[in-house]
Amino acid sequence: MGVSTTSGLMQGKYAWLKLLLITAIVALNGYAIIMMYASGEYAFALLNLVIVASGVYVFTSKRAYAHRYIYPGMAGMVMFIIFPLLYTVGIAFTNYSGTNLLTLERVERMHLARTYTAEGGTFDFAMLESGEGKYVLQLVQDDKVLVSSPLSPISNSELSARKQTLESSEVKLSHVEQKPELEVAQIRAITQNRQFLNSLVLVTPEGDELVMSGLRKFAAQAPLFTKLDKDRVLQDSGVVIPGGSALRNNQTGELMMPNMETGFYQYIDGNAEFVGNRVTPGFTVNIGWKNFERVVKDDGIKKPFVEIFIWTVIFAGCSVAFTLAIGMVLACVIQWEELKGRAIYRVLLILPYAVPAFISILVFKGLFNQNFGEINALLNAWFGIKPDWFTDPTLAKTMILIVNTWLGYPYMMILCMGLLKSIPEDLYEASAMDGAGPIKNFFNITVPLLMKPLTPLLIASFAFNFNNFVLIQLLTSGGPDIIGATTPAGTTDLLVSYTYRIAFEGSGTQDFGLASAIATMIFLVVGAIALFNLRLTNANKSV
Amino acid sequence: MPMVQPKSLKYRKLGTHIAICAFLCLIIFPLLMVIAISFRTGNFSVGDIIPRNPTLDHWRLALGISVENADGSITPPPFPVLTWLWNSIKVAGISAVLIVVLSTTSAYAFARMKFKGKSTILSGMLIFQMFPSVLALVAFYAFFNMIGDFIPWLGLNTHGGLILAYLGGIALHVWTIKGYFETIDPALEESAAIDGATPWQAFRLILLPLSVPILAVVFILAFIGIITEVPMASVLVQDIDKMTLAVGSQQYFYPQNLLWGDFAAAAVLSGFPITIVFLLAQRWLVGGLTAGGVKG
Repeated sequence: MGVSTTSGLMQGKYAWLKLLLITAIVALNGYAIIMMYASGEYAFALLNLVIVASGVYVFTSKRAYAHRYIYPGMAGMVMFIIFPLLYTVGIAFTNYSGTNLLTLERVERMHLARTYTAEGGTFDFAMLESGEGKYVLQLVQDDKVLVSSPLSPISNSELSARKQTLESSEVKLSHVEQKPELEVAQIRAITQNRQFLNSLVLVTPEGDELVMSGLRKFAAQAPLFTKLDKDRVLQDSGVVIPGGSALRNNQTGELMMPNMETGFYQYIDGNAEFVGNRVTPGFTVNIGWKNFERVVKDDGIKKPFVEIFIWTVIFAGCSVAFTLAIGMVLACVIQWEELKGRAIYRVLLILPYAVPAFISILVFKGLFNQNFGEINALLNAWFGIKPDWFTDPTLAKTMILIVNTWLGYPYMMILCMGLLKSIPEDLYEASAMDGAGPIKNFFNITVPLLMKPLTPLLIASFAFNFNNFVLIQLLTSGGPDIIGATTPAGTTDLLVSYTYRIAFEGSGTQDFGLASAIATMIFLVVGAIALFNLRLTNANKSV
Repeated sequence: MPMVQPKSLKYRKLGTHIAICAFLCLIIFPLLMVIAISFRTGNFSVGDIIPRNPTLDHWRLALGISVENADGSITPPPFPVLTWLWNSIKVAGISAVLIVVLSTTSAYAFARMKFKGKSTILSGMLIFQMFPSVLALVAFYAFFNMIGDFIPWLGLNTHGGLILAYLGGIALHVWTIKGYFETIDPALEESAAIDGATPWQAFRLILLPLSVPILAVVFILAFIGIITEVPMASVLVQDIDKMTLAVGSQQYFYPQNLLWGDFAAAAVLSGFPITIVFLLAQRWLVGGLTAGGVKG
């Protein structure tokens, strides 16, 4: 009895704890979701909602007991593989880029925060010494005189010593009939306290805000743009501009509206047509299939894209073929039981695979260096040639294939060694009876028998090399460049590194939208390869 | 065949030995070269395989010790190599442990339990893990930018964020561990269940202790995979002091400033331990490497 009650109590305790924990998680994430939704990050809000809701269901429902074991792993996969994939596909349909980073709301807020110096709002400024290191600020416009209460400013040197920056602070001004009878401080007092003065916002009794506009000037700052909250009819054409979207330039009186096709604000004419230049910064808008159209139609993108696509396929195909050929032959040799020292050979042959790839790739980058590299030093000593491995496209591609074969053959060797064990010995004995030599055996027995179980692994290897970003990025960074391309593109770029460079390298023109469009196309290719491979292995299994 | 032609066999063996040795020379040359270069004076000079005036300067710099030159000037270490190595080990170690935990629990459910959508999820995992994360880097950047607003130590430019990002890559490991679990007789757990063990207890007390070898293999594979990962680390981490080795080593190769000798020492220093671990573990790793693919 006693035992059962304690265990019952324990269970009750845990249930109470569990409920508390779940409530806390739901409350915290609910708050986060609302915050994300409010700041316009709908995708993240949705992701958070899906993860938390499914988690709460899985850990509270008895029916989903088995799912509790897979939930953490699956949540990781959803967050870091599936979500990024969908998000990327989403970006492909927008103009998200270095120039169009922000949402429309953020850009509108930035425009509304811009100010200009209003006409007639300029005051002559002087600092008056009021004793004890304090100063009164005096502003004069025609016969109007405004003064502040005595302030003790913080000098520039003091600020830099404290490594401090000042927040802007407001100071109230009041009207006086006459200039106060205090001594005007020398201009040095102004320059020495410049940073402090710059941080001040002086508020006149009328409520105008003045900021420093010159050494001896303070000026009223008016917002450059005002948002039109009500509908407005344009006089020339009678076109109605709906409220809440247009911004009026207070300096010129012009109207500007967000152009939802280009993702920039633009001034409009009397017919509400967009005229004039784009006003930066731009915002992100949906542009439909335009990124994809650019890949197909724009010559500056289409030509390098096609060239790079062809090279990517050649590279992946050659890499698989070369590594397989070398790896398979070596595996057969190493398995030859008559050979002594096989264990040592085996370890040494696997060595290129054991060294971390990023190190060996960088080592090759140094060794192949045109002037200082050891490879050219040897070639020069033996043959008197110094090939320029990094500037000639064909040589660069050759070098990449050499390096990748070096990196990849041990993997194929390991695979073949494992599979060779499953080939029955008597096949070779029978063939030896017929007088066949080792080469004939290799092509007639070994190769055909290995190819079938190897095929899915070869396809996986093809897919891996298709996306072999690290090799290209570390070895050549894509160079030498393709001439006539409008985005960063090189003759040795693979599609992945090309995409990466469009997104992260162009100076100021980081075109995330275009990069994502190309990424989406690669996703389709890779997905097709993966599905094909899955079918193939399933077919193999059933045989 | 060996018994049929005993005379030519001798020559054939000799030929094979010569061929393999020649091939090995070609293959090992770059690695020997790098070790030689790390002891060579200066950063540019071309020299012999065995350096004429061996120096430990590059090694001192790699280990973070300043070097005093002949003219009295002092060269500070160009990069914090040991910090990078520690960052790499820390990030890869923590991620690999978490990956093992995540994939083991998932693999247990996939191997032993029946639930809806099991085979769909299993094949889906294999397809999705083939998509290279390089292509979704923009999404990762946005994701960690967002997380950073709520949980600063998981945001951009933090190791926490980097570790989190690596946790998605568990699909192959789930398959590997699942394959291993399936070779263990379920009767053991069934008898435990009859004695009143919950599935969790059967998993933790019976299956897990039996699976230590495969968990070690998965740990090492995940560890090495993360140590050598470049794109994610290069986008998510920007500070020199927070870089991992794979990202940091590229710093030696700025076109105007190729620090060839310094790189060589840093490369040998950091590559050596990883290589040794791999070679020691390779017999077990080979099984793990092929399992995911063959059973796919």
